[in-house]
Amino acid sequence: MSPTLAFLTRRLLQLVPVVLAIAALNFALLHLAPGDAADIVAASSGGASAEFTAELRASFGLDRPLHEQFVLFIGRLLTLDLGWSHIQQAPVLELVAERIPATLLLMVAAITVALAAGMLLGILAAMRHRGWIDGILSVVALVVYATPQFWLGLMLIVLFSVTLGVLPSGGMMTIATEMGWAARAADIGRHLVLPSLTLGLFYVALYTRLMRASMLEVFTLDFITTARAKGLSETRIGFVHAARNALLPVVTLAGVQIGHILGGSILVETVFGWPGLGRLVFDALLQRDLPLLLGILLVSSVVVVLVNLVVDLLYGLLDPRIVHR
Amino acid sequence: MMGLLVFWRRFRRNRAAVAGLAVLLLVVAAAIIGPVLHPIDPFDMIGRPTQLPSARFLLGTDVSGRDILAGLLHGARVSLVVGIVASLVATAFGLLVGAVAGYYGGAVDNVLMRCTDFFLTIPSFVLAIVIVAIFQPSIVTVTSAIAAVSWPSVARLVRGEFIAQRDRDYVRACRALGMKDREIILRQILPNALPPVIVVSSLMVATAILTESGLSFLGLSDPDVISWGYQIGVGRTVLRVAWWMSAIPGITILVTVLAINLVGEGLNDALNPRLQQR
Amino acid sequence: MTALLEVEGLSVHFETARGVVRAVEDLSFAVERGQTVALVGESGSGKSTAALSLLRLLPAGASKIAAGRVRLDGRDLLALPPRQLRDVRGAQVGMIFQDPMMALNPVYTIGRQIAETLRLHLGLAGPAAEARAIELLRRVQVPAPEQRIHQYPHNLSGGMRQRVMMAIALACRPALLIADEPTTALDVTVQAQVLALIDELKAELGMAVLLITHDLAVVWETAQRVIVLYAGRKVEEGPVGRILTRPRHPYTAGLLRAAQWAADGDRLAEIPGTVPSPHAMPPGCAFAPRCALAEDRCRRQAPPLRTLEPGHVAACFRAEEIAP
Ligand SMILES: Nc1ncnc2c1ncn2[C@@H]1O[C@H](COP(=O)(O)OP(=O)(O)OP(=O)(O)O)[C@@H](O)[C@H]1O
Ligand SMILES: [Mg+2]
Repeated sequence: MSPTLAFLTRRLLQLVPVVLAIAALNFALLHLAPGDAADIVAASSGGASAEFTAELRASFGLDRPLHEQFVLFIGRLLTLDLGWSHIQQAPVLELVAERIPATLLLMVAAITVALAAGMLLGILAAMRHRGWIDGILSVVALVVYATPQFWLGLMLIVLFSVTLGVLPSGGMMTIATEMGWAARAADIGRHLVLPSLTLGLFYVALYTRLMRASMLEVFTLDFITTARAKGLSETRIGFVHAARNALLPVVTLAGVQIGHILGGSILVETVFGWPGLGRLVFDALLQRDLPLLLGILLVSSVVVVLVNLVVDLLYGLLDPRIVHR
Repeated sequence: MMGLLVFWRRFRRNRAAVAGLAVLLLVVAAAIIGPVLHPIDPFDMIGRPTQLPSARFLLGTDVSGRDILAGLLHGARVSLVVGIVASLVATAFGLLVGAVAGYYGGAVDNVLMRCTDFFLTIPSFVLAIVIVAIFQPSIVTVTSAIAAVSWPSVARLVRGEFIAQRDRDYVRACRALGMKDREIILRQILPNALPPVIVVSSLMVATAILTESGLSFLGLSDPDVISWGYQIGVGRTVLRVAWWMSAIPGITILVTVLAINLVGEGLNDALNPRLQQR
Repeated sequence: MTALLEVEGLSVHFETARGVVRAVEDLSFAVERGQTVALVGESGSGKSTAALSLLRLLPAGASKIAAGRVRLDGRDLLALPPRQLRDVRGAQVGMIFQDPMMALNPVYTIGRQIAETLRLHLGLAGPAAEARAIELLRRVQVPAPEQRIHQYPHNLSGGMRQRVMMAIALACRPALLIADEPTTALDVTVQAQVLALIDELKAELGMAVLLITHDLAVVWETAQRVIVLYAGRKVEEGPVGRILTRPRHPYTAGLLRAAQWAADGDRLAEIPGTVPSPHAMPPGCAFAPRCALAEDRCRRQAPPLRTLEPGHVAACFRAEEIAP
């Protein structure tokens, strides 16, 4: 087996304890909740008799001892059964899986924009250290850090959709129109602009600060003096020699924050009616669909671990010193 | 007393932090005496809905004809209470976990840090949503949920500080003198580990306020009290015709959070002079 | 004919929180074409600062070249516009550094790092640059250069990396090589190889070398002239034979004695006392607090450089009394 494959296998195996732990957490939350699944289902079907609730309870196995229930719960999980949404009348896994692509698209778009812009601005700020660009960028970053993302989304809608009318205010595509795949891609792209900007802006500010600090650190290293002694221009030194090295810690941090980005996308999706996990959360909340919510928590944690794995692999491409074993 | 004076002198050097402190004090004052000076129930429908700001309704009315200013003043209480209490609880818990893990090391450390990492892996906002949804939204559940997802970063930080301190000579001396672990942790190491923790937990108040606003925007807020995020959610329904209705509470959040962040940076400069940024 | 490199009255200061550090003060010297000049002195005496200032390579901001002229072929490098200075760096003057572990960019292949200079100064690109890089690596005795160019610095040993640095520095056949302690970080056997290589290439390319070191044995074997720095000032300069056999400054004499002790296996082979803190320089001769010959006037007034014999200067009132 190649070292990279072995690395992948090992990292994927690390998923198992994470999944089990979340399952345990979910189980605990469910049992700490006032009332149990049967009560909730009974309530959601418009108030039911005590007998019906008891019947439900028996059918869920909720009348058995706790540890038996836990074993059953984990057993179902191992067969990829995340439960049943009584409200949507569909398996939770199916409902969640449907929504993942949209969320991933939004997250990837936001992270890409944030990394690209943050890198560029961070390099500029560091190369003009203490200059006016640096000053303006740090003030803007402070304001961006303090802005609630969902509110920023609303304000962008007011500006770009309501006032200027240049971008769609919600959804992922124009419905009820037939178009070729290129036109469709462009259409989705237009719908993606505002949500990804809303989600990404915070990280633009964050990565700009990180990149700046990292660049300043790299500028003190010996190989920068070597580059100067070779006769390279400051622009080339900054963008080619320092940037690639400075990017490494920023990418590491971006990996750590995947969970945070996913949390943010829940709100942003709600604002823009983006048909991903976030919208699903919102619907589940409205309908008090607990099994669905817990399924989302589980799956989104798995997504975080997997995306982290991808980030680690990317890191290996950026840094030749890393060999994944 | 002397220490306080020195602290203030250092803090004062960061002018942005002083400005932040002034704004923050204003928000606190508004939360405490605002509802007294402006005694209007934020849930009362007291006028025509969706009015622009006017002399009678300084910030206008919302879709149900409720006074927006009254909502802001009451919302300040919610934001500050939730933010501060959640951050205190998370700090206390994080201190406990981090101190024990860092001081004892070994298996204890291992287990505790695995738990911490686990909580850092789960998307914290999703977990907060699930907790509030399961236990029904109220001030207490919202605060607890935010605390429950915020403690891991404190635990990591404190653990690092304790590991750095636990083998120092003064700690060894205390052990040799037969001091109890509890006493060493609380009386000897903790005061040394505290400055960075204070900075982190003050910044955590800002994050907590943002999280609270997000939760209440999703409808996960105590139905008996009004909050800024809830106001934005209400304004959103008429965003196309009355954008200011969402804009006003949003700006309030922004200014408050910005002020707290500035104060946090000032605290950092004043408490950790070594770590000053270039 | 004028010398290749003429340094005149060079002063370099660092602004620090605790005041101005005068790292190099009023330093003058010349390097003739094809000659090796050694710059020696204890750690902190200002050797690297002086070497880096020649090409204005010190980090901007904290450091300031307070005064002086650095003429290369008659052109003052300190007054050159940045663009023209960049044409000098790497082309007419090559440079190698103390720590080869840190001096190469870790994320690019060494082939790319060599080719970069070739493209910049010689306009070579693509296969031509690659072929030239391989040739250069072969010239600095890197085995299997065809494979090496695709490797990263971390794949190479310290000695190999220093050879790569030399390939970069020599890529454009510079007239002057500045080598800042090129062997300090290397194993003893590798040190000798690298020094021998520098000597060989020097003869082949006819270039001059400014060699910074604190190893007097190295000086003896490679240099024609020696400049001794103490606390940022030149305290003695002369032909290597004279300086190493008949020093005229107590500090140089001390260095020689210490080197002798070190060769005899004494582990504490150092001049007694320590270099004065750059923030608290004594008013007179900076070496006076450690000097056995120091008298009152040494502590009051800094001794000026005096020419004792043609080509041999020293800054000591009692230069004539120093025992060989
Ligand atoms: N960036 C800097 N800021 C402030 N002072 C500095 C800086 N760089 C060097 N110095 C000071 O300048 C003086 C000369 O340092 P330099 O590195 O040139 O010595 P050196 O002779 O090369 O020593 P070594 O043998 O250790 O390389 C020292 O006193 C040092 O403390
Ligand atoms: Mg040096």
